[in-house]
Amino acid sequence: MEFTIKTMAEYAAEGKVPEVLFFVGCMGSFDDRAKKVTKALCKILHKVGVEFAVLGQEESCNGDPAKRAGNEFIFQMMAHTNIEIMNGYGVKKIVTACPHCFNIIKNEYPGLGGNYEVMHHTQFLRKLMEEGRLKIEGGTFKGKKITFHDPCYLGRGNGEYEAPRQLLQKLDSELVEMKRCKSSGLCCGAGGAQMFKEPEKGDKDINIERTEEALAEKPNIIATGCPFCSTMITDGVKHFNKNDEVAVKDIAELLAEADDL
Amino acid sequence: MEYIDNIIFFIAMVVGFGIFFKSLKEIYRNIQLGKNIDRSDQKAKRWETMSRVALGQSKMVKRPVAGFLHILVYVGFVIINIELVEIIIDGIFGTHRFLAVILGDSFYNVFTAILEVLALLVIIAVVLFFIRRNFYGIKRFTMKELFGWPKHDANWILIIEFALMIAFFTMNSSDWVLQQRQILETHGSFPISSNLLGPVFQNFSDNALIFTERGAWWFHFIGILFFMNYLYYSKHLHILLAFPNTWYANLKPKGQFNNLDSVTAEIKLMMDPNADPYAAQPEADPNAVPEKFGASDIFDLNKVQLMNAYSCTECGRCTAVCPANITGKKLSPRKIMMDTRDRIEEVGKNINKNGKFVDDGKMLLDDHIQREELWACTTCNACVEACPILIDPLSIIVEMRRFLVMEQSAAPQELNQMMSNIENNAAPWQYNQADRLKWANEN
Repeated sequence: MEFTIKTMAEYAAEGKVPEVLFFVGCMGSFDDRAKKVTKALCKILHKVGVEFAVLGQEESCNGDPAKRAGNEFIFQMMAHTNIEIMNGYGVKKIVTACPHCFNIIKNEYPGLGGNYEVMHHTQFLRKLMEEGRLKIEGGTFKGKKITFHDPCYLGRGNGEYEAPRQLLQKLDSELVEMKRCKSSGLCCGAGGAQMFKEPEKGDKDINIERTEEALAEKPNIIATGCPFCSTMITDGVKHFNKNDEVAVKDIAELLAEADDL
Repeated sequence: MEYIDNIIFFIAMVVGFGIFFKSLKEIYRNIQLGKNIDRSDQKAKRWETMSRVALGQSKMVKRPVAGFLHILVYVGFVIINIELVEIIIDGIFGTHRFLAVILGDSFYNVFTAILEVLALLVIIAVVLFFIRRNFYGIKRFTMKELFGWPKHDANWILIIEFALMIAFFTMNSSDWVLQQRQILETHGSFPISSNLLGPVFQNFSDNALIFTERGAWWFHFIGILFFMNYLYYSKHLHILLAFPNTWYANLKPKGQFNNLDSVTAEIKLMMDPNADPYAAQPEADPNAVPEKFGASDIFDLNKVQLMNAYSCTECGRCTAVCPANITGKKLSPRKIMMDTRDRIEEVGKNINKNGKFVDDGKMLLDDHIQREELWACTTCNACVEACPILIDPLSIIVEMRRFLVMEQSAAPQELNQMMSNIENNAAPWQYNQADRLKWANEN
């Protein structure tokens, strides 16, 4: 990264509070694929001039996989740890690039004493675009066919279907919808802690079913807004040996590419 | 002896309604077996949701064919039941088409004509439903969980509705001919009956006509009483419970799961830097029931979840969109709801027999719902979204997972690994928390 990522601790040391906390999440911190999304989002925020910070070593897993698997203890342990740290820094606004972090911090942390304005990165970027701070140049994606896979915890979980689509439309690309989209979208297969285990016995894996459907639209790019979905659909595209023709990209990556960041 | 008809009618009515209310009381009692849940907030929004979803059928039309046919049957059912008011008054007082007196003849003509049209539409819809359900091979109607009683039940409902409508037309047609012959007073307009069945009845003798009219009238009334009491044993209970079920629906975002308060208290104590680990524990209440985490039986579920189970119409729209089910896994959200209802009824019978619930060595978990089903769920909320009457199968799945994990430590091995990673490293993988910002310095 050609600029320094600052932590909340560093801001606090300067006696300042950044505009927004970027809650990176475990995937965004450790997973090679998701790290690219993390960096892309940082580059956009940096370019636009948004003062943001991350928690860095002070960040813990949000507790989502434990909670969905049924382990309320571990979830609340993580939640209380995060809330204590974020409240300590006086965090007001949070942006995440993961619908699971977004959902749990927005909906389940308030009951435990963590009240913040939480935005998924597509919502935050759309807001920046509407405010005129983020300018999106089409061009790069002209004539490219993009289909968007709705993450369950962004779409059905929280009713956000439009923000990602509005951003994609700004790219001058052709947005095609899969048969199952928006509130009828099909899960990538990773939610509810399925990411961390082999699926139950069945006829096929869920990500294969979903990727098949996406590929039927003959897109150049399958866009997502969730690191879990990205991983699952990337695997699916590899399964069909289409990884040379079809790219799986997060919306943040597409915007960063459009801006040549 | 001239009042014998009226007396038989009255007795039939009292018995019919009596058994019906007894069944309702039993259902209410069984729902009370669940835990309390506060869903009395946002009343205005709840009324709005109920009118839109239950009364307005807003989610039915997501599948246009079934939705349209269902609306025909639904509107027909609701309006034709206004006729029940007339039947009851006529039956008790021996009057003929009493509403004509109240409404005035011209308005009554419109009313009866509308009823006729609706009844015909109901017949058409019911026949199409029957064909669709039995001969069309729609996957959600041919699944294993629907064989046996659920399949017969669905067909019985359609057959009963068909028979009721045929009785209605038979009654109107013979009535119409009797009116033509001035044996009965002229009331009402019967566009369908006069054209369809009327000509057939023209050749009947007066007595045969009176017999047919009375027969159809009685069949219609007894049929309604029978159908009403059949509801208790049927998935058709949704015609009543869809209303409270949508009123008490979850209004929070679907992604939001509840936080267990009992756990919060523990964690707060654990994380409190001022808590003295050596302090003497406060005297425990010897009568206190130890808190149970999650659900292994219906008593651990809340009342709304139990009402959900009674309200389920077994239409399978949830299962048809379930990613696990689509890809051949054992999970079917519809089966979760059917199993829950089966278990409630099992418990209900136990209470009827013994006066109170006597342990029968069975549970909802394992005896009805298998662990493999529970672990296949991706918590994607597709089933919740799909339900036309806002049932939430996911909440039951999550409660049962909580029981497996927190009471039995019976999570799949890989999930245990994930959970201990979170505990030790604050991430679901074996990465060091100190490395969380490494990405910032990589290219």
